[in-house]
Amino acid sequence: MTTINENRPAQGLRADDRRDEEVHDSTKPLGGIAGWVDDRVGAAKGVSFLLKKVFPDHWSFMLGEIAMYSMIVCLLTGAFLTFWFVPSQTLVPYDGSYIPLQGIMVSDAYRSTLDISFDIRGGLLIRQIHHWGALIFIVSVFAHMARVFFTGAFRKPREINWVFGTILSMLACIEGFAGYSLPDDLLSGTGIRAMNGFVQSVPVIGSYMSYFIFGGAFPGEAIVPRLYSVHILLIPAILIGLFTAHILLVFVHKHTQYPGPGRTNNNVVGYPLMPVYIAKAGGFFFMVFGVITLISALFTINPIWAYGPYDPSPVTAGSQPDWYMGFADGALRLLPGWLEFVSWGDFTWSMNIFPGSILLLPIMWGIIGAYPFVESWVTGDKREHHLLDRPRNAPTRTAIGVAGITMYLVLFFAAGNDLIAIKLHLSINDITMALRTLFFVGPPIAFWITKRICLSLQRADRQKVLHGRETGTIWRYPDGRFEEIHAPLTPNERWPLVQHEVPEPLQISAQKDENGVDSPIARKERLRAKLSHFYFVDRVGPVTPSELEAAHHAHDEPHAALPAGEHEALESTGAGAERESIKADKRLD
Amino acid sequence: MNDNETTAPGESGALVSATQGGVVEQSQAGAVDRFDNPGLPPHVHRLADDDELAAKRAERQVATMFGLSMLGALVFLVAYFVVPDEATFYFPGIGIASTQNVVLGVSLGISILMIGLGAVHWAKTLMPDTEVVEERHLQASSPADRAKAVAAVSKGGEAAQLPRRPLIKYTLGGALGLFALPLGLQVAGSLGPTDVEQLKTTIWDPAYNDGKPIRLMRDPEMTPIKLEDVTNGSVFHVMPETLQKFIDDGKHVLEAKAKAAVILIRLDPELIKVQKARDWGVDGTVAYSKICTHVGCAVGLYEQQTHHLLCPCHQSTFDLTEDCNVIFGPAKRPLPQLKIQVDDAGYLVAPQGFDQPVGPSFWERLR
Repeated sequence: MTTINENRPAQGLRADDRRDEEVHDSTKPLGGIAGWVDDRVGAAKGVSFLLKKVFPDHWSFMLGEIAMYSMIVCLLTGAFLTFWFVPSQTLVPYDGSYIPLQGIMVSDAYRSTLDISFDIRGGLLIRQIHHWGALIFIVSVFAHMARVFFTGAFRKPREINWVFGTILSMLACIEGFAGYSLPDDLLSGTGIRAMNGFVQSVPVIGSYMSYFIFGGAFPGEAIVPRLYSVHILLIPAILIGLFTAHILLVFVHKHTQYPGPGRTNNNVVGYPLMPVYIAKAGGFFFMVFGVITLISALFTINPIWAYGPYDPSPVTAGSQPDWYMGFADGALRLLPGWLEFVSWGDFTWSMNIFPGSILLLPIMWGIIGAYPFVESWVTGDKREHHLLDRPRNAPTRTAIGVAGITMYLVLFFAAGNDLIAIKLHLSINDITMALRTLFFVGPPIAFWITKRICLSLQRADRQKVLHGRETGTIWRYPDGRFEEIHAPLTPNERWPLVQHEVPEPLQISAQKDENGVDSPIARKERLRAKLSHFYFVDRVGPVTPSELEAAHHAHDEPHAALPAGEHEALESTGAGAERESIKADKRLD
Repeated sequence: MNDNETTAPGESGALVSATQGGVVEQSQAGAVDRFDNPGLPPHVHRLADDDELAAKRAERQVATMFGLSMLGALVFLVAYFVVPDEATFYFPGIGIASTQNVVLGVSLGISILMIGLGAVHWAKTLMPDTEVVEERHLQASSPADRAKAVAAVSKGGEAAQLPRRPLIKYTLGGALGLFALPLGLQVAGSLGPTDVEQLKTTIWDPAYNDGKPIRLMRDPEMTPIKLEDVTNGSVFHVMPETLQKFIDDGKHVLEAKAKAAVILIRLDPELIKVQKARDWGVDGTVAYSKICTHVGCAVGLYEQQTHHLLCPCHQSTFDLTEDCNVIFGPAKRPLPQLKIQVDDAGYLVAPQGFDQPVGPSFWERLR
């Protein structure tokens, strides 16, 4: 394939553009402590390289930053919490200052969490910052992931980083689950009990796995200490390691940027780390931290004192996990019971549980992690991509993403089927049946609608380029007609709408070779050709200069006598002009 | 370096783009028919770039925000000692709130947030906002560097005589492959006892009571239940008499409870459609395991009108009139019934344990 962007860098960068290589004359010699350090580690070169690093600006790039900062907030507050939390399920009488529970036998984990909430000054604040921070961490991870997906930022050379991110997002969910199970309250205990059911559902080894995890029969006294070491040591260590690699790769690859005037596949246009991004990104850390703190000051989260200590027998109506585990809970609510069966040899297969719990997570994240490789195989595109796609310009990818999100949302809402039933006065059976249907029907519908919207938006872009933007100025003609004036786009306005490439579907060049023998390559490539067709059969190409020229000519001919500017307004009256542009679209297909 | 195509483009049957020339249409002149990148747009000056007064104003705004941050920190330091632990107040729109949590949180939040707002405002108003252009380079190393790396590795291997000494190569592979197994075995093997047969028993088994029938006790009071206490439509949460021993010992109470929880309900005997269910109860008083056969939550929601038992976790619905068969939801099996009788003293007892394992399914359940 021709590599447009590589061959054609921005022609007219501004004359006074600042280059990263620029060295300022007024530099002072390195002295003092910095000089002392550099004498010993020689970091000046690396530091100046880092500080000159350029980052592009866009609000959507802050989603990943929110994730990074809320994770740091959780690490910080989590370290505080370990000073008071006791990860033990030994039963002790509660003697703290929360009156309703005084004298009741509770586990030490629960007691110490109550103490953090009521008897340690500021402890509740730290605990709530930790929990709110975790929720914001995971939601921003997913939002960041969606941004990367829909803009195609996962393409070469960033596939590895996408896989790292995929693992990070899965670990974040597991970390969250382990964390909210620690207080050993009724709600989280019910979650652990359900988890025990999931584990038992694994064919062949399920019962043994359950006994391994709980150190014997459920619930035992091992699960909280074990989840504790998972939550504060094992997963955080992997999280921090992978996160560091994730950020390092961003530095190595340099950040992607949205298309715009002056931005090419071969440059990064933005602001240097020092001072702009140090202030903006550093400041943003404080903003995220500050907002999480304000939320934690004003809104209660996970009031474990209201749930009571864990006990396997009480009723817990409206039991729901934290939101990020909702989709798995929803999958369990939708799977019908008849999927469980007993096979030859009296073995029980819990297929009403296993696929929706233990299998779901690796399948979901496996598909997400594999996507960049599938797409690059289908498109055959092995070039580096540093310019982001506008989601409309990759209609099939965008539609696949929306279909996936739809599937996820169906499961997510299924986890609240009881609450929906109560709040909306509907039958829970009807809701569940509807969601079961939607799980299969919803994604294809979402795919189709999204793709059509993307194609329409692309056509709207074409219209805008060919005929200009609506000015809102109404022109009245001597014969009484009204028309809106369209103003032609400036080259800077036009560029983001015409800069993208639209690949054509790949075709098999010949089914048979010159001797009439079936080509083995053709057989191998059939699936790929089909998928390529699926991806790119509906394509709306960007306007080319000759098309724009043709559009102008088409206008000019019937209205040659009109002054400049007017012909834009008249185009929609002459049926010819409007039709012409649509025909131009069709020709491209 | 070039991993561009899976098949060579010239080969018969290889994939090609529909119009051979690639994605870009060629015009007559051979030039690419595409618009040119117009280059960076002109820099638009901000107010503070040109107007010293505006710059001064921005400076004051930034300083105010940093000042508010200091104020917030000071409020926190004072409030930490001044606000009493148990004080509460009514926060409009939110409800009764702990004064300490709100004051500490808001002051800390402001002291942190204002640093951020100040820094970002500073960056946006006063720091240079002319874009800087940095060039990118292909990610791959140059062919020469690649060759050097290959040479370093192969030379190193040769220097270690790896190719010439296959014995070392294979034994090292074996050792590295095996050394992790003992570690893995230790952690996996010692995580817990594996007496999974326990999953099939509960403390309703008369063996736990020297073979005698076991009384049904109210949970959590642990008092026995007389038949006449159980009025029509009433629901009792029940534990076996044998649990008391665990409570007294203070050991494995929750493990025992996790499988032994039972729900006792009385309904009109005429409504019970299954003969066995009627026989195993007393005058329409029936006892069922409260542990959901789906994933093991406590099935505690009883709908008196419909005689349905509902699990609050995943909404499996069991019909009490049909021997607790599943009528909706993700569970497959009915809740196991506990056979009950009335003993000489008039208390409800269970003469035998459950006839099947309670709770969620597992692989060896029927074996």
